[in-house]
Amino acid sequence: MIERTPILNAVTYLIMILGLILILGPFWMIFTASTQSLQQVSSVPFNMMPGGDFLKNVDAAWDRANLGPALFNSLITSLLVMVGKIVVAALSAFAIVYFKSPLRHVFFWMVFLTLMLPLEVRVIPTYNIAADVFEPVRWIINAVTGIELSLQWNLLNSYSGLVLPLIATATGTFLYRQFYMTLPDELAEAAKMDGARPLRFFIDILLPLSRTNMLALATIMFVYAWNQYLWPKLMTTDASYQTAMVAMRSLVPSINALPEWNVSMAGALIIMLPPLIVVAVLQRWFVRGLVSTDK
Amino acid sequence: MNKRTVFKSWWLPVLFALPQLLLIVFFFYWPAISVFNWAFSLEPAFGGAGERLFVGFDNFREVFADGEYWRSVSLSLFFAFTATGLSMLIAFVLAICVDRQLKGSGIFRFFYIWPYAIAAPAVGLAFRFIFAPESGLIAVVNTWSPDLWNPAKFGSHAMILVIICFAWKWIGYNFIFMTAGLQSIPRSLLEASSMDGSGPVRRALDIQLPLLAPTLFFLLVLNLTESFVGPDTYGIVDLTTEGGPNKATDMMVYRIVSEAFRGLNYSGAAAQSLVLIGLIMVFTFIQFRFVERRVHYK
Repeated sequence: MIERTPILNAVTYLIMILGLILILGPFWMIFTASTQSLQQVSSVPFNMMPGGDFLKNVDAAWDRANLGPALFNSLITSLLVMVGKIVVAALSAFAIVYFKSPLRHVFFWMVFLTLMLPLEVRVIPTYNIAADVFEPVRWIINAVTGIELSLQWNLLNSYSGLVLPLIATATGTFLYRQFYMTLPDELAEAAKMDGARPLRFFIDILLPLSRTNMLALATIMFVYAWNQYLWPKLMTTDASYQTAMVAMRSLVPSINALPEWNVSMAGALIIMLPPLIVVAVLQRWFVRGLVSTDK
Repeated sequence: MNKRTVFKSWWLPVLFALPQLLLIVFFFYWPAISVFNWAFSLEPAFGGAGERLFVGFDNFREVFADGEYWRSVSLSLFFAFTATGLSMLIAFVLAICVDRQLKGSGIFRFFYIWPYAIAAPAVGLAFRFIFAPESGLIAVVNTWSPDLWNPAKFGSHAMILVIICFAWKWIGYNFIFMTAGLQSIPRSLLEASSMDGSGPVRRALDIQLPLLAPTLFFLLVLNLTESFVGPDTYGIVDLTTEGGPNKATDMMVYRIVSEAFRGLNYSGAAAQSLVLIGLIMVFTFIQFRFVERRVHYK
């Protein structure tokens, strides 16, 4: 605006700075605590200046939460979930938008309804099916033909188990559908006239055009996958498949021991860093992905 | 959702849809059918192999007769409304300030989004330290008088802690949508109004707030749903209070999961899950009614 409002500007800056303290304060406390010794971190009132024990604390947290393998597992599963979601979303939106099958409405609604079935309300049966994926298949075959099959596939304590149940994506499908809808009809017409088949059109025209979309989706899905907690916690009993987010649980100081918050915070800092970097560095894409999934 | 030009094939779309279809059938619909089945039946006694016993609405009756269930419902409601209100209020004030586009507001915007990147369990662990009774930021009040603040001992303190965690994390998300909404308000409207002599505060109240109403409503429903039934609530509670002390923060999501896994009460948990699914459907329905209206706005 053109008017001069020096007092109001000062108030605005004051509020924004207070907001900044509110947002960055916890980050600063996590960081300073992770650099202090046990004695410093236990001091009351809390000392806001960093100490010199950062590496020592990281080392202790690394051992306690078994962070090496945990971070590796998190990275692998997050990347797989991210790629899986993009592929699945691009494919199913293509099926919905570019074909006139009577079943597409049914399919669209089936995908939509998954939004109302969050993991918390179907934990046990999802766990059961991960333990025995072919249960429905055996049940159906048995009901139809009466044959008892002994087909089995157990997903517990495996990467497929950490990844597959998280790949289905309603938001990703909507995002891609929205994107295909904005493309002009002439594009498909021209491609058809040039003799392109659906698969060629999809690979050579749609996918390259959706690069922006893909990047936006990739950022939000990576953050989503890295921050998963309940599912990996339930289905990994074998410590070698634990993800970093689950390992966080072992950083909570136990009641009977000294509260080593410096070690806890050092571990927490490392575990929360990757998604934070994605959001900070790729903020433009992250925000775009987030805002455009609400349509 | 109609394109003028489409391809002709009956099997290709099926093939394209197949990956997603298999995933949702195996990991969403089959489990959902199990939940439905369990909610209306009981495991045979002594874990025998036979058929499940159909019991009609008995499981629901048992759940609804339990005083602790209703306590959990009211705790969840209280949590959902306060956390949502707090988070949206702070995000709104910050968004309005940033939208004035004073010099340097880009830097503030950059940082305000950060909390959304942090996973709920990490937020829980960090705030558990910051608000710990023996060290951290707030512990100093306990040196004035012992037990002035102790979330491990007092239910109300634990509830405050959980609300703060959730509200803080969701400031980032709410802020993103509110700034996006504010940006879509035409500048010419604000300029015309300032020509007529209105100051920035009047403009915020009489132009920006009403025009932002659709966004605010969308966020309200979304925040309520997320805090009521979302995974973030589970993650925060699990890393801060574990439902305690004395079940003072035993929210519905946390209760379902712990009852099913620790208590091994599948049928009770399934009945509670169905109630929750019904609530989510109501929330989603409201949200979609509103989305229709907002399309109308444009």
